[in-house]
Amino acid sequence: MEIKTDILSGKRGLIMGVANNRSIAWGIAKACSNNGAELAFTYQGDAIKKRIVPLADKLNSPNVFECDVSNPESIDETFAKLEKLWGKIDFVVHAIGFSDKNELDGRYIDTTEQNFINTLNISCYSFTAVAQRAEKLMKDGGSLLTLTYYGAEKVMPHYNVMGIAKAGLETSVKYLAKDLGSQNIRVNAISAGPIKTLAASGIGDFRYILKWNEYNSPLKRTVSIDEVGNSAMYLLSDLSSGVTGEIHHVDSGYNIIGMKSEDAPDISTV
Amino acid sequence: MSDTLEKVQAIVVEHLGVEAEKVSASASFIEDLGADSLDTVELVMAFEEEFGIEIPDDAAESILSVGDAISFIDSVKK
Repeated sequence: MEIKTDILSGKRGLIMGVANNRSIAWGIAKACSNNGAELAFTYQGDAIKKRIVPLADKLNSPNVFECDVSNPESIDETFAKLEKLWGKIDFVVHAIGFSDKNELDGRYIDTTEQNFINTLNISCYSFTAVAQRAEKLMKDGGSLLTLTYYGAEKVMPHYNVMGIAKAGLETSVKYLAKDLGSQNIRVNAISAGPIKTLAASGIGDFRYILKWNEYNSPLKRTVSIDEVGNSAMYLLSDLSSGVTGEIHHVDSGYNIIGMKSEDAPDISTV
Repeated sequence: MSDTLEKVQAIVVEHLGVEAEKVSASASFIEDLGADSLDTVELVMAFEEEFGIEIPDDAAESILSVGDAISFIDSVKK
């Protein structure tokens, strides 16, 4: 369901991590745009560029920049461009993660040092690196939002090193919220239920995870990118002016459940 | 022309922005139709959605041409 208001009108924000029209970040971008925000986007690599430019165009945004979050100079350049464009910004959405697909299957213990470091750098540290730059441009306060997953809190099959990265990311949200609170910069995360995105296609047995959530979440379904977008719109706007350091679950309520529903079928494969 | 071929063609034309005539059964997504590796993942996701089927990763890796997609889809639809 797409909601249209002017709750974000006059606000300008950066969306990092749209890969295609199935991306959660795209759901957030649409909600922000539908509710009055002006947007800029970042991508990494030409394969994503050719997908994101037409999407940004649909939301009337010509502001599409390349940004490699593993390179500090690239993040500096992105924020220099934003400063030149707008002078200040009101919000940033960080929807970026990476791990070697081969390690999102099987046992966590078999992770390699190099992939551990790379996964934590891109999926966890990059949010802090972005916050460092955003702080300087959020002259009238602002809202930082990242995306996490329940695999940070509880052990999920195959999520492995991403779970460790997301746990670090969720704790970063809290420490950043403390550091930036006095400047009225709020920092929150959405813990979205599983959604079939390009990134999720790298996770082993993802269909099983989706099915399990459909059978066992209180709402008996999975969530859509538009639903995450609407919740993000709340966290990015003044509707949530008293909220910071929060990990907000948008997961059909799955995280409150302790065991399989009595009426859910036993599924070993789907 | 089979129903599957027609639907697969429509998806490929829309996704890759190529002319319908080029989307023959023998056409390879990457070599003949200019797809990149993300396109191939996206196409598999689009086929799953259109036909209400599930294409496991190992099967997805062996779907390299329009014909491969059609035979896989027909094999699971039966």
